[in-house]
Amino acid sequence: MKRRTQRLIKPLGLVPRPGRSGARSPKSGRPIGLALVQFAPVKGDVDANLGAIGDALAALKRDAGPFPDVVVFPEACLSGYFVEGAVREVALTSDNLFKSLHGTAAKALGASHRPFDIVAGFYEADGGKLYNSALYATIGRSGAIRHVHRKLFLATYGVFDEERFVSRGRTIEAFDTPHGRAAILICEDACHSLATTIAALRGAQILYIPSASPGRGLEDAEPANVRLWRDITRVAAAEHGIFIAYSGLLGFEGGKGFTGSSRLIGPFGDLRAEAPFDAPAILRVDVDPVDLAAARAALPMLGDLEANLAELTAMLDDEAALRPRPRRSNRSTVKVDRSKPSRRR
Amino acid sequence: MKTSYQIVRPAETSDDELRIDPALVERWLVRFLRDELVVARNIKKAVVGVSGGVDSAVVAFLCARALGPKNVLGVRMPYATSSPTSAKHGRLVIEETGIDDRVVDITAAVDGYLAQAPDAGAQRRGNVMARVRMIALFDQSAKIGGLPIGTGNKSERMFGYFTWHGDDSPPINPIGDLFKTQVWALARHLGVPRAIIEKPATADLIRGQTDEDDLGISYAQADRILSRLLSGHDVDDIIASGFVAKDVLLVKRRVDATHWKRHLATTAMISNTAINEFYLRPVDY
Repeated sequence: MKRRTQRLIKPLGLVPRPGRSGARSPKSGRPIGLALVQFAPVKGDVDANLGAIGDALAALKRDAGPFPDVVVFPEACLSGYFVEGAVREVALTSDNLFKSLHGTAAKALGASHRPFDIVAGFYEADGGKLYNSALYATIGRSGAIRHVHRKLFLATYGVFDEERFVSRGRTIEAFDTPHGRAAILICEDACHSLATTIAALRGAQILYIPSASPGRGLEDAEPANVRLWRDITRVAAAEHGIFIAYSGLLGFEGGKGFTGSSRLIGPFGDLRAEAPFDAPAILRVDVDPVDLAAARAALPMLGDLEANLAELTAMLDDEAALRPRPRRSNRSTVKVDRSKPSRRR
Repeated sequence: MKTSYQIVRPAETSDDELRIDPALVERWLVRFLRDELVVARNIKKAVVGVSGGVDSAVVAFLCARALGPKNVLGVRMPYATSSPTSAKHGRLVIEETGIDDRVVDITAAVDGYLAQAPDAGAQRRGNVMARVRMIALFDQSAKIGGLPIGTGNKSERMFGYFTWHGDDSPPINPIGDLFKTQVWALARHLGVPRAIIEKPATADLIRGQTDEDDLGISYAQADRILSRLLSGHDVDDIIASGFVAKDVLLVKRRVDATHWKRHLATTAMISNTAINEFYLRPVDY
């Protein structure tokens, strides 16, 4: 198939948004090399987990083919997911994590390695507050933090108790990277179609989802949550014509076993590749940004959404108005943190 | 022309809410044992109290597959009144799995204490046996640098049909979220000898005792009622769906009376650093 150029996307009115950092949209026809890593972190041992990240980078260096453009790691992979009141002990500032990743990469790849991008989930400390966050950074020469996403939908039900220990994020942003405009949603964030919709409306071409999904429902050949996540990510990708790169945490933590299943979904909702649910793995897959144009031309859902957005937004406003506004309640709804993550300022 | 309609209904699906994929459950639990023992705790050996019943047989099979049979010690702990069938089936589990074997007769230890408690009835005597077995299991584990592995299933845990800090005490339990009927399904898949799967379940603390007599309901019925209760259905819903009211109420009463058995000790809170109230750290931290 003849490759379409980025220009063909523009008439659809979907993808281009002003790149605040001046970064360009992806060059046409140049595939983006992705590596989705899943591993079982050592509980509470940030150094050991940086070591596991270094092992993944070293494995990618040894692997045939060029080093990937973007390497994606799961939610809370620097510490393990269930850390309860120890969040403060394992949390890092985004700057500290960036520096550590920089050092880890230099050690694993040599000081003069080619720059690459990294997405990694971690517990973040910022100004005395704690978040379940994911960093997007370029590592290497002219490296920089490009974005920090803070999880909005803190799972707090059943086995989950996030909101007891961390504050929730407030914004969903798309941001420019050397490899296209991207957004990050963490785990339950991505279960909400409004969240993936906002990411897509803000111009994300690829949505990164660091996740930690404990396996349950063993009545069929694979855990039920694996099937559910596959469905959620496929529907979201097809609805908006975006790539979705999902990286799942691995390992048992206090009897709860996380189900890796890192996967790449194409903009038709097509499952391009998926890692096993119970073994360390690096899923390597190249994606061509021009596929977005093809998908959005064939299935112009996002364009249709934009056409109806004003009415839909009014309806959402009506619904919001019907619900009582939070006055004084828990930390998550009162102390509204209007600030964006530091690197976005 | 009249339109001819085809009536479409949902495809027939299994209505068995207790259905498991035993191959997946085996794969899951083998990885659980390796991760929790070897990876998280750097312990390579497991100790299983082998009673001759299906629960401990399943756990022995799983441990043998997870760690290798020579890293698993099966401890058989008969009391004078234990049934010969239990002894025979215990030996069978050892032979089939190839795990190491150790017999610790608890008669002297139990009788040594009971000599000072001559008024103890059957329940107290049973509890003493269960707690002596716990002592032996932990001591055998200390001897080989291993960890005792739990064998309590979800049905008995929900019923509180166990001795608190006795048979529920091992720190790692692969089958505690499987109802008894699911344990039987897993046992068939693992190749546990049929004689062990098909005999009536018994704690074997009293001669002739069976679980289902003690509980007053079959596991087949109890597990379905338990499953629905745990999924949020209320008693009236469950009765309306075709279960006998007496059975549903019996299950509900047992569950409600034993929440305490599924917790550690109730501790008076004095400070804002109370352990497990304010001071919260996960078990594997």
